[in-house]
Amino acid sequence: LPARERNGMRFNCLFPAFSSPGKSKEAEIKRINKELANIRSKFKGDKALDGYSKKKYVCKLLFIFLLGHDIDFGHMEAVNLLSSNKYTEKQIGYLFISVLVNSNSELIRLINNAIKNDLASRNPTFMCLALHCIANVGSREMGEAFAADIPRILVAGDSMDSVKQSAALCLLRLYKASPDLVPMGEWTARVVHLLNDQHMGVVTAAVSLITCLCKKNPDDFKTCISLAVSRLSRIVSSASTDLQDYTYYFVPAPWLSVKLLRLLQCYPPPEDAAVKGRLVECLETVLNKAQEPPKSKKVQHSNAKNAILFETISLIIHYDSEPNLLVRACNQLGQFLQHRETNLRYLALESMCTLASSEFSHEAVKTHIDTVINALKTERDVSVRQRAADLLYAMCDRSNAKQIVSEMLRYLETADYAIREEIVLKVAILAEKYAVDYSWYVDTILNLIRIAGDYVSEEVWYRVLQIVTNRDDVQGYAAKTVFEALQAPACHENMVKVGGYILGEFGNLIAGDPRSSPPVQFSLLHSKFHLCSVATRALLLSTYIKFINLFPETKATIQGVLRAGSQLRNADVELQQRAVEYLTLSSVASTDVLATVLEEMPPFPERESSILAKLKRKKGPGAGSALDDGRRDPSSNDINGGVEPTPSTVVSPRGWAIGAWGPPGATPSHLLLRTPSELGCREPPGGRLLRRPSYQGGNGDSSPPPPPRFVCKNNGVLFENQLLQIGVKSEFRQNLGRMYLFYGNKTSVQFQNFSPTVVHPGDLQTHILPLAVQTKRVAAQVDGGAQVQQVLNIECLRDFLTPPLLSVRFRYGGAPQSLTLKLPVTINKFFQPTEMAAQDFFQRWKQLSLPQQEAQKIFKANHPMDAEVTKAKLLGFGSALLDNVDPNPENFVGAGIIQTKALQVGCLLRLEPNAQAQMYRLTLRTSKEPVSRHLCELLAQQF
Amino acid sequence: MQFMLLFSRQGKLRLQKWYVPLSDKEKKKITRELVQTVLARKPKMCSFLEWRDLKIVYKRYASLYFCCAIEDQDNELITLEIIHRYVELLDKYFGSVCELDIIFNFEKAYFILDEFLLGGEVQETSKKNVLKAIEQADLLQENSPSIVLNYCR
Repeated sequence: LPARERNGMRFNCLFPAFSSPGKSKEAEIKRINKELANIRSKFKGDKALDGYSKKKYVCKLLFIFLLGHDIDFGHMEAVNLLSSNKYTEKQIGYLFISVLVNSNSELIRLINNAIKNDLASRNPTFMCLALHCIANVGSREMGEAFAADIPRILVAGDSMDSVKQSAALCLLRLYKASPDLVPMGEWTARVVHLLNDQHMGVVTAAVSLITCLCKKNPDDFKTCISLAVSRLSRIVSSASTDLQDYTYYFVPAPWLSVKLLRLLQCYPPPEDAAVKGRLVECLETVLNKAQEPPKSKKVQHSNAKNAILFETISLIIHYDSEPNLLVRACNQLGQFLQHRETNLRYLALESMCTLASSEFSHEAVKTHIDTVINALKTERDVSVRQRAADLLYAMCDRSNAKQIVSEMLRYLETADYAIREEIVLKVAILAEKYAVDYSWYVDTILNLIRIAGDYVSEEVWYRVLQIVTNRDDVQGYAAKTVFEALQAPACHENMVKVGGYILGEFGNLIAGDPRSSPPVQFSLLHSKFHLCSVATRALLLSTYIKFINLFPETKATIQGVLRAGSQLRNADVELQQRAVEYLTLSSVASTDVLATVLEEMPPFPERESSILAKLKRKKGPGAGSALDDGRRDPSSNDINGGVEPTPSTVVSPRGWAIGAWGPPGATPSHLLLRTPSELGCREPPGGRLLRRPSYQGGNGDSSPPPPPRFVCKNNGVLFENQLLQIGVKSEFRQNLGRMYLFYGNKTSVQFQNFSPTVVHPGDLQTHILPLAVQTKRVAAQVDGGAQVQQVLNIECLRDFLTPPLLSVRFRYGGAPQSLTLKLPVTINKFFQPTEMAAQDFFQRWKQLSLPQQEAQKIFKANHPMDAEVTKAKLLGFGSALLDNVDPNPENFVGAGIIQTKALQVGCLLRLEPNAQAQMYRLTLRTSKEPVSRHLCELLAQQF
Repeated sequence: MQFMLLFSRQGKLRLQKWYVPLSDKEKKKITRELVQTVLARKPKMCSFLEWRDLKIVYKRYASLYFCCAIEDQDNELITLEIIHRYVELLDKYFGSVCELDIIFNFEKAYFILDEFLLGGEVQETSKKNVLKAIEQADLLQENSPSIVLNYCR
């Protein structure tokens, strides 16, 4: 081809500046700017350019763009070119548009016109160009224009093979971008039959399309299973030369094979026995062929062959039902663990991770432990070591936990900084999950802090506190160990935090030993105080006040410390406030009060381990699968009696200080001074335990709560996924409300075009809105790890049933994200409690005796029937609770008025629990019929 | 596949193909980050790495790095061979391809890529079929004055 000889000439002609070596970067930029100015003047000039010159200059622009310079003109000329009848002009026009897409809708309309003509041209070359352009741009506008036409082209009997191929993948791209625009229909059945097409290229393109479509419409495409199996079977059993040009380095159709195996992973194992038999045969053939000597020494041969092997293993793991195949797969991967190709070792480690979670192959994977540990120690490539660490984590169980944990701890000392945090999390989880004795667990975590204190996140050290608090048998040991650890001359701040908390709670358990007498404990902790951050110092202040209760003999010393100017007049409000309050508490309160207020923390409620949740967030769902999977290790009795699938909450030890503050139920007034993110919301039953939704992205975890959760409470986490956490705090007075929404970016990447808006459900738009919601705008960008706040002012104009919706849209890493949530505003938020005597109550009850004014529901209890909890929920619901009204003391009676701008609705309610039947009867009477029903439904969900 | 980048050992981008919608700013950021990451790796290291929530598969041919970003479910080894097949296609078309061929015949490099991969998926794996399509297009081109030679007018 002459292309080569032309290079030199073209090179000089395009940019003479480049041909003289030694020219600087500035010279290049100068030359390019000159050229750009020239092209611009040509495009703007009075003389109309002929097609050829247009092509030349558009091509130059492309070249300049590809050199890394910005191009902001030339689009119109490109559109002219692609509308041309000359192939070469058309081709360059399409290329320009494909590379430099512009969202200018006017432009897109023009392009769409040209594409439409080309698609209708029946010239396969033109059609392919147009399809490639749609596939390259893939915008929604194009989807709107062509999504309906392309299926037709794809299945038309007279379409050329190359057009079919392009149409299939073009449709795939449009479907990925806007699935709603691609109508399913009669054509889908014909697409499935493309799997039988004679042309391998058509099959190759069609499989990708089907794989994507069947994920959302599995039933429509079910027939593809048997077709895919028979196609696969024909390929796998063919000789290496049968498929001619589709054979790649002696491997028949590797791309198609991999795609077919991927397609099959969208479905469970085939139901039809014959199909299944044929498939198992295929899988066995692939495993057998892996053992055969290679037909070529070229790496391409082994790569193609092993690509099919790995995809086969993925399918075997996906089915997870053929023990024989799983074990064979594991043995095959075992061979790769020591292969000289780094790539194969990497993939074998990765693939074995998933095998480890299958009950059939877990034991087989475990036999490779020594090789994997060796890989962790000797692999030169950090990404391979990381895979090894992942695999160790996945294969860990009770039998090898101590070995694996100690290897991982050793690895941590030299591990790459980038992966330390993850290793720390994994060690912490394994140590907790497989601890046989808790002293080993405590030792492991303290070792973690010692080796990699900087990487021990809050979740990890909160967790050790939770566990120590919940286990009597380890508290003494923990106090002793942490006391010893603190004696190291340089110990990590996290150690001080853990030490402070544990000694504050359980320091008394080691106080008998003169070497760790109360004054020694105090001076040891206080020697670290000045080196610590504000948060740690705040925690230590709480330790000190706890000491005053535990060890009255330290009272004078500690009061001295609290009284010091550096505390009482500390520039930090939190420290100052704690010092002032603790000092006053210690001098004002009697010993009894002190003992009550500063009592030992109650056990933490058992939830999913917060560190496991963190790891899942870090690695995406499935990361914790080895631990979630109860079936693998049924005998396990973990420290925490099993991982429960409830949302987790990080209970912060800072909450500990605040929670220890007041008597149960009372709200300390100074909480009002705290910033919203500081404020936790109280869990009614516990009273003392402060649960704090973490508004700072990445601190806490909670799965998206069902809306009923917010009926009886005003604060909490409204929504959380991998990217975003939305916290809410709200207050209501009469018919007004104010709501603070906190959007936390949990990723390290900036969110763009961030726009949360409040929308009212469609059916209400025609009427007068029942709620007026005023929102303030928030910043369009949310930095990684940052949080923004939005304030909503709400006015209830009249009664309503459907809450407004919160629609949040933003771009994350370029991908548009959107979600819609119900705002936690329900009619009961505008309740004003009304106290009344029994007589008044019954009089009003009788007044509201029309059948439509009453709503009643009898339902089964969904939660334990606890009178205190019920009371708290009713109060949270908003009504007043009236004592001595109902003759049966078990029953609850409440009254209140719903305040709206237009009217007030009086409400009376009665809840009758039946402990024996585990049932409730709830009756509501209000002056407005829909309100009775609505309140009744809302409240009934709560019990 | 989400995108494919070709860049030189000096970090100069030679070809870029994006199969997901991204803003120019993001594209530049990703390119910068990946070029740095890949160039920093030593020759014997494995060809795969985790990057954000994607998997990167790369291979070096002479002075050029070919770098693909694939999704979690995708097959790394077959992606390596996608790269190799593309190099073979370029090689066959240009006759022992070099970096300059791709720089100065970038449009051909793009056309060949579009015939081979479309929307991030393999469209046609047969070398013969891909090159036949390109040659047909070249024939159409021969009927009009050659764009390249005419630059020099």
